[in-house]
Amino acid sequence: MTDLTSLTIAEAREGLASKSFTSLELTNAHLAAIEAARSLNAFVLETPDQARAMARTVDAKIAKGEGGPLAGIPLGIKDLFATKDVRTTACSKILGNFVPPYESTVTSQLWRDGAVMLGKLNNDEFAMGSSNETSCFGPVVNPWRREGSNTTLVPGGSSGGSASAVAALLCMGATATDTGGSIRQPAAFTATVGVKPTYGRCSRWGIVAFASSLDQAGPIARTVRDSAILMRSMAGHDPKDTTSVDIGVPDYEAAIGKSVKGMKIGIPREYRLDGMPAEIEKLWAEGAAWLKAAGAELVEVSLPHTKYALPAYYIVAPAEASSNLARYDGVRYGLRVPGRSIGELYENTRAEGFGDEVRRRVMIGTYVLSAGYYDAYYLRAQKVRTLIKRDFEDCFAKGISAILTPATPSAAFGVGEKGGADPVEMYLNDIFTVTVNMAGLPGIAVPAGKDAQGLPLGLQLIGRPFDEETLFSLGEVVEQAAGRFTPPRWW
Amino acid sequence: MSVDAATVRRIAHLARIAVTEAEVPHLQGELNTMLAFVEQLSEVNIDGVEPMTSVTPMEMKKRQDVVIDGEIPDDIVRNAPETQNHFFLVPKVVE
Repeated sequence: MTDLTSLTIAEAREGLASKSFTSLELTNAHLAAIEAARSLNAFVLETPDQARAMARTVDAKIAKGEGGPLAGIPLGIKDLFATKDVRTTACSKILGNFVPPYESTVTSQLWRDGAVMLGKLNNDEFAMGSSNETSCFGPVVNPWRREGSNTTLVPGGSSGGSASAVAALLCMGATATDTGGSIRQPAAFTATVGVKPTYGRCSRWGIVAFASSLDQAGPIARTVRDSAILMRSMAGHDPKDTTSVDIGVPDYEAAIGKSVKGMKIGIPREYRLDGMPAEIEKLWAEGAAWLKAAGAELVEVSLPHTKYALPAYYIVAPAEASSNLARYDGVRYGLRVPGRSIGELYENTRAEGFGDEVRRRVMIGTYVLSAGYYDAYYLRAQKVRTLIKRDFEDCFAKGISAILTPATPSAAFGVGEKGGADPVEMYLNDIFTVTVNMAGLPGIAVPAGKDAQGLPLGLQLIGRPFDEETLFSLGEVVEQAAGRFTPPRWW
Repeated sequence: MSVDAATVRRIAHLARIAVTEAEVPHLQGELNTMLAFVEQLSEVNIDGVEPMTSVTPMEMKKRQDVVIDGEIPDDIVRNAPETQNHFFLVPKVVE
């Protein structure tokens, strides 16, 4: 029998249906892979007993012909999703040993459809980071290395554990979240597929909040088809999230293999940055050529406010974070550091519980919302956000079906290499992805090639609101042309 | 715009995060780096532009103002650091 961990979700689904193997066998294969890969630090909590129990239950259902769309598929869950009776920390010391008495809507839908939980995945603290180095559990290691080198590379972030675990065949797919690029950037760094759905597509209920107007859950998987399979279970209206949109969830998988002939694909000239590495430029041109060969029409478009998206994000996101994170007060849950007064208790708890990056963002957010500065910073940034969204609307109004861009400005970098002296250096990782969150649009990152050192690079496709299907059709074209990439096993 | 040391202390207090004197210069540097980065927004013409309040064009959903959940005090306090009889305990607030 071939190694069960190397199957795609679509292949495993067939194998389970034809009784070639059971979910328990599939689950055990993944639990063994996780145990052998602890040096990657992708999981912050393994739940083998629960995984086996879930697998046994679903095996019984499959035997009776009652398995759901994800019956028996073992998944990893980003530690930002609340999981009932299973420790959930957002990888922050301040949540300590928080054990939710409830389940997030997105994960409850995965279990409803028969998926099996292997454990909780590492991420940047409160999803604030682009390298997974801000986690209180320490950095995640990228299974990819530069050719001929054993330098430890980051998997990107904030969904670094999700990307690393999927790339290293530790789980068949994973949940992730994306506020400024946290699904797409790690996907690009690990040769996995990452989908950031339209804002409102997936319920945010039960996901630890970072910046509520930008946060959106989505899948990371090894193929475009697998990501479409996961999306169908994760998406859907939820009355418990007022921003969740009440429209039907299409069969995303049906979009795989659909013709893209005649589609107009925008190439935004503002994404061609000064000093962009030649290999990124080349990858982008290759992607355009693949879509053209599949019958799409490439059109140069302009998104004039692109360069202002990242600075506007670094006002809006910290402002919302400072407000959301006000709840961590050492009283109702999580860490508590005593003080002589209630004020001191708050201040001591938050000083001890938040890491450097989170503290920095809470403080900048507090400042831009404070009396006298609100108009100059926050209000101005929200106006710029309107302009960024308008750029995309103008573009789509001209008949553009989707926009093709590089996913990241570089391949994965080394642990400790970026942002030490200047936090902005790290923020620049999200330069191509952050516009999508600011405009609430869907985006997908698809592996498209490698750089000169053998590291994976990805392309991003940006779609119209609630038109994830077109992204799956186009993503499939890229995947078919580029092929799939698996890291050689060294761990 | 940039912040001075007194402003850093004021922000830290507003954010309810204890900051030692030794940390202030470092934090001041970081905050000013971020403020310098966002400074470029001042060159954008925003005359007559409405600030974004909702990224999707939808009306805020409303529901009947009725109790839909409750009677779960054990769940509510189960993660609290200090409790007594389903109350959260805090240092004395009123003398």
